[in-house]
Amino acid sequence: MTLALLGAVSQGILWGIMVLGVYITYKLLDIADLTCDGSLALGGCVCAVLIVEHGINPWLALLAGTVAGMLAGAVTDVLHTVFDIPAILAGILTQISLWSINLRIMGKSNIPLLKHETIFSEITVASGLPQTTVVVLGLVFATICVGALYWFFGTEIGSALRATGNNEDMSRAMGIDTRATKMIALMLSNGLVGLAGALICQSQKYADIGMGTGAIIIGLAAIVIGEVLGRLTPGKLRSFSSRLVAAVVGSVVYFLIRAIVLQMGMDANDMKLLSAAIVAIALAVPVVWERQQLRASYRKGGEA
Amino acid sequence: MLTLTNVGKTFNKGTVNEKAALRGIDLHLNRGDFVTVIGGNGAGKSTMLNMIAGVHPLDSGTIVLDGHDISRLSEHARAAYLGRVFQDPMRGTAADMQIDENLALAARRGKSRTLRWGITKAERTRYVDELAKLDLGLETRLSDKVGLLSGGQRQALTLLMATLQRPDLLLLDEHTAALDPKTAAKVLELTEQIVSSEGLTTLMVTHNMHDAIRMGNRLIMMADGKIIYDVRGEEKAGLHRADLMRKFEEAAGEEFANDRMLLG
Repeated sequence: MTLALLGAVSQGILWGIMVLGVYITYKLLDIADLTCDGSLALGGCVCAVLIVEHGINPWLALLAGTVAGMLAGAVTDVLHTVFDIPAILAGILTQISLWSINLRIMGKSNIPLLKHETIFSEITVASGLPQTTVVVLGLVFATICVGALYWFFGTEIGSALRATGNNEDMSRAMGIDTRATKMIALMLSNGLVGLAGALICQSQKYADIGMGTGAIIIGLAAIVIGEVLGRLTPGKLRSFSSRLVAAVVGSVVYFLIRAIVLQMGMDANDMKLLSAAIVAIALAVPVVWERQQLRASYRKGGEA
Repeated sequence: MLTLTNVGKTFNKGTVNEKAALRGIDLHLNRGDFVTVIGGNGAGKSTMLNMIAGVHPLDSGTIVLDGHDISRLSEHARAAYLGRVFQDPMRGTAADMQIDENLALAARRGKSRTLRWGITKAERTRYVDELAKLDLGLETRLSDKVGLLSGGQRQALTLLMATLQRPDLLLLDEHTAALDPKTAAKVLELTEQIVSSEGLTTLMVTHNMHDAIRMGNRLIMMADGKIIYDVRGEEKAGLHRADLMRKFEEAAGEEFANDRMLLG
C-alpha cells in the first residue's frame, strides 16, 4: 500500500507539470485547450523514439519533448488566431492529428524503454534509492516550473498575457498584440505538457499512443481540487504562486484518490468516469449554490 | 492633428443586413480641439471612433494622425497614439487584475513589452498620486482587484489609464452613458479636468445635448453616416438645445420623431 501511495505521489507530481500547462490556458487565457491530450503523448513519443532509436541523451530527449509540445501549441494557435477557428475546435483538430502523427513518429503504438538509461535511472545509480528518486526529481522539476511561471507572469509580457485572458478589447486598446500573447500562452502551456509527457514516459519506462487520453480532464480535475484545497486552507491562499502550487498539489491528491479507489477494487477503466464526475460536480456546485442563495433571498413582501 | 478623408464603412456588405455606417467622412481636428459628437442611434458616431481606433478595417479613405498615416495599422499598433474610454465600464479594465497592475499595463501602452518586471516600486508611488487626484479613495486600494470597483470608479480608472501616458488623441465613446446621473457628472468633471490640464485633443461621443453644448470648443452632429453640422467657438457657446433639435429635424426628418435624442 505504501509503495502504491508513493507511486501515486510521484505520478501526481509529474502530471502536476502538465496541470501547470493546463492552468495557463484554462485559468489565465480562459480557453479549454484540448491540444494537451495530443501534446502529452507527443512529448512522450518524441522522447522515447530519441532515446531508444537514436541513442540520444535522456536530458536532451526531455528538451525535445518540450519543444515538440510547443510546436503543437503553435499549430492550435495558428488555427485559432489566424483562421478564427473557435479555440475548443482548434484544440480538437490538433489533438486528432497528433494521434496519427504520434503513430508515425513511433512507427508502432508503444515503445518500451526497459533497457535504456533515463534521467531517473541515472540519478538512482548515484543515490541508490529507486523509490524516492522520481518523487525528488519530480519535485525539483515542479519547483523550477512553478518558480519560472511565477517570474514570467510578473514580467511585462506575462502581465500582457494575463490581461489578454481577462479582457481582449482592453488589451488591444493598451497596445497589446493579443495574437502574439495567445501564441506565447499556447506554446508555453503545451511546452509544459510535452515536458510532462517526456518525464512520464521516462519514469514509467514506456511511451504509449494512448498515454495522453483524458489528460485535459485530469488537468481540470487537479486544478479544481487545488482550488478547493486552497479555499479550505486557513488564510485562503490567494497569491499567484500559491495558486500554482495548489495546482500541483491538486494533481498529487487526484492520483492519491485514484490509487486508493483502485486499491479498494474499482475497475481501472471506470477511473475516467470518476474524473469527469469530479470535474462536473466541482463546476456545478458553485452554480447550484448561487442559484439556491438567490431563491432563498426572495421575499414576497419585498422587504429585504 | 487628425485628418479623416473620405472614410467609409459598410457592414455586412452584399447581404440583407447591409448597413452603410459611414458615408465618406471628412473631418479635420486641430491640436487641442475638444470636439463633442452627437447624433441619433445608428448615425455612425461610435463607428467613426472605432474606425479611428482600428477596431474594423476601413472600406475607403485615409486617417492621418499627427503626420502618421494610420489607415492600415492594426488596433494594437494604433494604441500607441490613442487613449480610449468605452461606454461599458467592464470593457476598459481587466477585472481580475489589481488596480496597480491595470495602471502598469496602461503605462506601457505603445511601448515594447519585455521580460522586465511588470510593475516597479517607483511606478506604484506615482499611481498613488494619480489616483488621489480622482478623489475616489482608490489611492489606498492599489492591490484590490478592479472587479471589486463600482461602474463609476472603473470608468474613472479607465479615464486615468487612457491618459496616464499622454495620448495624441483621446476617444470617449459615451463613457458616462452607463452611469447614474451623479456618478456621470463626477466622471465628466474629471474628464474636463484631465483634458484641460493636459491640453488633450479629444473626441467625445455623447447622447446628452446639454453636455455636448457645455463641454469642448467644437460640436459635430452626425446622421446616417455623415457629418451634418459642424460648429465651433462663440457660435457653439451660444447654441441652445432647441437649435440642435431644429438642425437635427432638418437633416433627419421623420426619423427624429422616435429617436432617444429627444430625451437628452
